[in-house]
Amino acid sequence: MGSALDVHRLHFAFTITFHYLFPQLTMGLALLIVILKSVALRTNDEHFSRAARFWAKIFGINFALGVVTGIPMEFQFGTNWAEFSKTAGGVIGQTLAMEGVFSFFLESTFLGLFLYGEKKLGRVGHWWAAFLVFLGSWMSGYFIVATDAWMQHPIGYRLGAHHQIELTSFWDLLLNQWALWQYVHTMLGAVQTGCFVMAAVGAFYVLSHRDPLYGRIFLRIGVLVGVIAALLQLTPSGDMQGKLVTQYQPTTLAAMEGLFESQDGAPLAVLGQPDVAKRTLDNPLIIPNMLSFLTYKHWNAHVQGLNDFPEDQWPDKIELLYFSYHVMVGLGTMFIAVMGISAFLLWRKKLFEARWMLWIIMLSVPLPYIANTAGWLTAELGRQPWLIYGLMRTAHGFSPRVAAGNAWFTLIGFMGLYTVLAMLWLFLIYREIEIGPEPEARLRGETLDPSVAE
Amino acid sequence: METLWFCLVAVMVTLYVLLDGFDLGAGAVHFLVAKTEEERRQVIASIGPVWDGNEVWLLAAGGTLYFAFPALYASSFSGFYLPLMMVLWLLILRGTSIEFRNHIKSPIWIPFWDFFFSISSLLLAIFFGAALANVVRGVPLDQSGYFFEPLWTNFRLDEQTGILDWYTILVGVQALLVLMMHGSLWLQWKTDGALNQRAARLASLCWWGVLVLTALVTAVTFSIQPQVSVNFKTWPLGYILPLLAVAGLAGVQFELRRKNERGAFLSSCAYLLGMLTSVVFGVYPMVLPARNPIYALTVHNAKAADYGLKVGLAWWLIGMLLAAIYFTHVYRSFAGKVSADTTSHG
Repeated sequence: MGSALDVHRLHFAFTITFHYLFPQLTMGLALLIVILKSVALRTNDEHFSRAARFWAKIFGINFALGVVTGIPMEFQFGTNWAEFSKTAGGVIGQTLAMEGVFSFFLESTFLGLFLYGEKKLGRVGHWWAAFLVFLGSWMSGYFIVATDAWMQHPIGYRLGAHHQIELTSFWDLLLNQWALWQYVHTMLGAVQTGCFVMAAVGAFYVLSHRDPLYGRIFLRIGVLVGVIAALLQLTPSGDMQGKLVTQYQPTTLAAMEGLFESQDGAPLAVLGQPDVAKRTLDNPLIIPNMLSFLTYKHWNAHVQGLNDFPEDQWPDKIELLYFSYHVMVGLGTMFIAVMGISAFLLWRKKLFEARWMLWIIMLSVPLPYIANTAGWLTAELGRQPWLIYGLMRTAHGFSPRVAAGNAWFTLIGFMGLYTVLAMLWLFLIYREIEIGPEPEARLRGETLDPSVAE
Repeated sequence: METLWFCLVAVMVTLYVLLDGFDLGAGAVHFLVAKTEEERRQVIASIGPVWDGNEVWLLAAGGTLYFAFPALYASSFSGFYLPLMMVLWLLILRGTSIEFRNHIKSPIWIPFWDFFFSISSLLLAIFFGAALANVVRGVPLDQSGYFFEPLWTNFRLDEQTGILDWYTILVGVQALLVLMMHGSLWLQWKTDGALNQRAARLASLCWWGVLVLTALVTAVTFSIQPQVSVNFKTWPLGYILPLLAVAGLAGVQFELRRKNERGAFLSSCAYLLGMLTSVVFGVYPMVLPARNPIYALTVHNAKAADYGLKVGLAWWLIGMLLAAIYFTHVYRSFAGKVSADTTSHG
């Protein structure tokens, strides 16, 4: 961990991991808020408007933190990854600039109107403000994913003079099939974070016998949207993502599955610790032939192991990649179970009394954050040793003149600053949940009549 | 094509300075013009609905610079590594201060954020001025197209310059005074009562400082960056730009005396527009001058490939049209003064 390359990598990894804690919730919540506002508009039920207002406050805090931690990401392409920017800026600069021009202007305009203009805009106008904030944040997600997708699977380019990569097809860049599937995967992940947070706050309210009516609204929407998102994440989303990796990044597939030897009828490793030096998986728990089936839909298909590829093309952190991938898949499977059982109980009208299930939902709240983080780690570590897959190595991308000492200095600065932001975030969110959806009623010391609920 | 993009990026940066300039300036004068908690709430309310959108111009300009001139983006951002990182920290502090300030009505919480809001705004104004001065003065680029500047060396204009030397500090101070004036004029226009009065007095006071420093810095700049006089000699029509700045500056004082608040603010915009376009005109075709002129980055050697620049133009125009609609909408819906007794903006 001493070389400039390592510090620049850690610098980007740390700041983007922290940053993505916020957008995954705001993108997910944006959709759920539009749903709440739509129900409010159709049914004229004031509770849904209040529910939307409550989540708007939590959205606002997260959005602000997403903005301030997002600005450093755009800057770091130039500050820490200058050689990469010089080489590929003509291509990925397109999508990054489009994010600013199309998403940020839209979001910043309508967020203010959404958060502070409800009275002024009227019911329908305010629905539109919520919708445009949703649209802006989801577009923003697309431009970023399209940028990363091009690095994973570069198309629509040619090599120009001075080793610069030149764009040759704008639509290839924008409609890269890798981008489309990665986008679906990323957004479903964000929706699950939104659903778990909403359902968990609902469970907290029901369990602690306060605002039960709102608790039930949150649980119902969180669980219903959550179970759909969790299932779609498995298939077609996860499945297609896997197919693309199999086809275009076979080395990555072998590394994340911990498959050291090529074989027919390859097993799927559920557990086990890769020993890269000995090229084995310790304490493996495997499902025979499963990997062959999942990747090629054929039980005895041949799957390439790491031994089929030169070592200088192996991802450089195989262990971390392996665990990130397994954590992501393991948690994704768990989400299907938790949301599936909850949805079943909801259907049988037993969820609100099933306290054990509400406890599980409430305590699950950190898990989608971990799953989303692990997913991005899988994507980014899996791309190694490439910065642009097959075209440019990570080791050739960082800023040649920024010494390790300067990078450490700013990394430590970010760590300190972000620690403070994280504490503020938890404090302010806890406070909003404590105040709840009916602040006026609580201030007057009134408790909601439970008979109002249902 | 590359000259067109040079102009488009310049337009975006200029808009950023005009727009975010007034909310940065308002932050810098926060404690000077607003003496009570109520008045400080007014200051925040006058920029609350627009500051975030204003700052987006920085991001959009950055993104556009990135795809149109990737070599410039790479070289300048890594070369100005330390000050840019500090700008990021200040932007983070400032953003959280404005957004979190009104969350808790407490005599501990609010002044805490007010302090960070003001100090970060003030430092950002100085940083941006110094950054511009670094570009005009030129940086120690070599044949690799890269450089790295420490924060300071010996404060002189030698071969290995630092971010801070006497020239860049001077321009930093000028930028601070200019934005303080600009911000005060905005506050004068958008508020009433004692706050309005104090803002007018402070703007008038800053005006004298701006006048002196503008004259001084302009004179020095001509000797530091020879390209400037070359350009004005080659295209004498360019003199219209500094004339606009002079007219704007005169206009500020004139309108202040006439008590035309809107006119004074717009004159200040004209001044900023004239100054920035003069600088841009003066260094063209360079985008990053070098201490050794042969290594300078120009629109020709820093640009991206033609195809990208052409497609970019299509979506850029659509995007800017949309942005113009949004901005008109927002500034219209929050038109008028923020009074001490209204609580329109939480």
